[in-house]
Amino acid sequence: MATIELQNIVKRYGKAATTVQGIDLSVADGEFVVLVGPSGCGKSTTLRMIAGLEDITSGTLRIGGRIVNELEPKERNIAMVFQNYAIYPHMNVGQNIGFGLHASGLDKEAKQKRIRETAALLGLEPLLDRRPAQLSGGQRQRVAIGRAMVRDPAAFLFDEPLSNLDAQLRAQMRLEIKRLHQRLGTTTVFVTHDQIEAMTMADRIVVMRDGRILQVGTPLDLYERPVDIFTARFIGSPTINLLPGRLSHHGDGLAVELDGGGPRVPVLQAVQGTAKDAPVMVGWRPHDLVVDDGAAAAAEAVRLTGEVSVVEPLGSETLVHIDAGGSQIVASTGGKAIPKVGERISVRAPLQSLYLFDTATERALVSR
Amino acid sequence: MAASFKDARFNDVRPGKVIAWTLLFLGGVVMVTPLLFMLSTSLKPASDVYDLRLIPARPTLENYLAVFEDGRFPGWILNSLFIATVVTLSNVFFDSLVGYTLAKFKFRGRYLVFIAILSTLMIPTEMLVIPWYIMARDFGWLDSYWGIMFPGMMTAFGTFLMKQFFETVPDDFLEAARIDGLNEFQIWWRIAMPLVTPALSALAIFTFLGNWTAFIWPLIVTTSAELYTLPVGLSSFSVEQAIRWELIMTGASIATLPTLVIFIVLQRFIVRGVVKAGLKG
Repeated sequence: MATIELQNIVKRYGKAATTVQGIDLSVADGEFVVLVGPSGCGKSTTLRMIAGLEDITSGTLRIGGRIVNELEPKERNIAMVFQNYAIYPHMNVGQNIGFGLHASGLDKEAKQKRIRETAALLGLEPLLDRRPAQLSGGQRQRVAIGRAMVRDPAAFLFDEPLSNLDAQLRAQMRLEIKRLHQRLGTTTVFVTHDQIEAMTMADRIVVMRDGRILQVGTPLDLYERPVDIFTARFIGSPTINLLPGRLSHHGDGLAVELDGGGPRVPVLQAVQGTAKDAPVMVGWRPHDLVVDDGAAAAAEAVRLTGEVSVVEPLGSETLVHIDAGGSQIVASTGGKAIPKVGERISVRAPLQSLYLFDTATERALVSR
Repeated sequence: MAASFKDARFNDVRPGKVIAWTLLFLGGVVMVTPLLFMLSTSLKPASDVYDLRLIPARPTLENYLAVFEDGRFPGWILNSLFIATVVTLSNVFFDSLVGYTLAKFKFRGRYLVFIAILSTLMIPTEMLVIPWYIMARDFGWLDSYWGIMFPGMMTAFGTFLMKQFFETVPDDFLEAARIDGLNEFQIWWRIAMPLVTPALSALAIFTFLGNWTAFIWPLIVTTSAELYTLPVGLSSFSVEQAIRWELIMTGASIATLPTLVIFIVLQRFIVRGVVKAGLKG
C-alpha cells in the first residue's frame, strides 16, 4: 500500500498541444480516487503516467514516497486493469491470473496457492481451466482484476474498466470493485467518464477538463458545492437545471431576475466577487425542484410554472420535463403522481437549494 | 419417380452458380492435369514416356527403384529438408522480430526503414543473383549450405506480412505485460507471437515451400553434387546422357509428397492466416 503524489505533472506530445497541464494531486494510502471528465480531458494520460506507460514531460511523481518518474512500470509495484481487459487469449484463466506473478520470484507451489486464493475471492475457481474466449464480459473483467490483485500491488490503476459491460453488469461490477477495495484497502486510482461510477465508488473525485483539475472533493462535496458550471453539470443525474438571469438589489438583499419574465428569486446566501446587475446562471438540481401539489404553504420557496413536455416515469420517482418560458427544466415528482403532457403545472424549490454562477467566468458565486 | 431427384441440393441451382462451378472445375483441371501426367510418367517405362496416355499401358515401379538406387537422391532430399527447415525457422524468427519492431515501436525513421525493406520486393530474383554470387564468392560461401541459405534467411515479404499482423494486436496486451514485469523481448516472444500464430503458420508454409522448390540460386551457387537440393539434383537427370523424363517425373513425384503432407497438416492455419490477412491486413 502506498500514497501517490503528483506534483505539477505535465504531459506534452512533441510540439503538439499539452495534454496534461501541470496537475497536483495527492492520493492517501488506501484511498479510492476517481478521475472523471469528458473524453480528451487527460484523465487516462494521467493514469498512464502513474503506471509508467507514458513518459512524464515535467513534474514529480511519487509512489509510496519514492520518486518514480524514471522507473519502468514493473518497478513501480502497481497493477493496472484495462478497458478491454487485456487478458491473454492464448492462456487459460489460471495462467492469466498467475501471469501477474511472473516477476515475483515465488516458487511454483506458492504461485498456485496465490492463484487459487485470488480466484476464490473473485468466484473464478470453477473457471480456472477456461480460455478467455469461453468467458462472459463480466468474467473476463474479473480475470483482469484477478491478475492485478494476485501480486498484492502498492496501488491499483483502473482505466475505464466497466465501459465495455452492459448496464446491469456494470452496476454489479461497480459494487464488486468497491467491496474488494473495502476488503483489501489498497490505494486505487480509477478513471471513468461516467459520473455515476465516480459518485458511487469514490472516496474522492477529481474532475478534469482540458488537461487541468477543476475540482477535487468527496462525491457529496462536488454535488453540493461545485466550483463551476462544468462540474455542476457533470456531477449529478439528471443534469442540473440552469436558467439565465440578472443579479439585482431587492430591499436589503439580493435577488435574481430570471430572463424572460420569470419570478424574482431571492438569494439568501452570501454572494462573492461579482458586480451587481451582472448576468448570472441560476441552478436547481432536479431533485430539489418538485412538482407543487398545492398543499404546502411554501413561503420559503421559489415557484416556476410551465407546460409539461415529456414525462419519464422511473418507478420510484417520475422526471417531468417542463417548458418554462422558453427554458427547459427537469423536475421530479413521486412515482405515482404522473402529470400529463401539455398540462400546466408549477414546481417549487427551497430557497437554500439554489446554485448561482457567473455567466462570464462560469465560476460559482455562492458558497453553499 | 422423377420427384425423388428433386433433392434439396438441386433446388437452388442458379445460372451464376453453374458458371462459377464450371470455371472452378476448368481451373481445377488445368491445375491437376500436369500433376497427373507427372505421376503417370513416373509409372511408365522409359520407352513409353512419349505415349501420352494418362493411364500407363505397362505400369512399373522400376523408376522409383532406379531413383533410390542412384544413391544421391536421399542426400538431395536431406539437403532440401535441412535448408528449407533452417531458412523457415530463421524467417519465422527474424521477420516477425523486425515486423513487430516496425509495428509496435515508435522511433525516428521507422517509416523510412519500412519503405526501404518493402522496396526490395520490387527487385526480381534474377537481378539479385549476380550481387548474391559476388557476395558469396568474396566471403567464400560458394558451394556451401550457408551459400545456398543466406539470401533467404530474412525476407521483405515476411517482414511486411508480420508487420501487418502485429499491427492488429492491441497495445493493451503489450502494456499489461509490461506492467506484469516482462521485458520487451519476452513481451514479443510470450505475448505477441502467440497472438499471431495464423500469420506465423502461413509464413512458415510459404517459406518452406518456396525453399523446397527453389531452383535458380541453388543451381548457381553449388557445384558439388553432394550439396544439390532436390530440384537441382532432379535437373541433373536431364544433362548427363539425355533427358530422362521418367526419372525426373519420379523424383518430382517424390518431392511433392512432403509439400502435400505439410499442406494437409497446416491447411487450416493457412486458410485462417490468409482469411485474417484479408480481413485485417
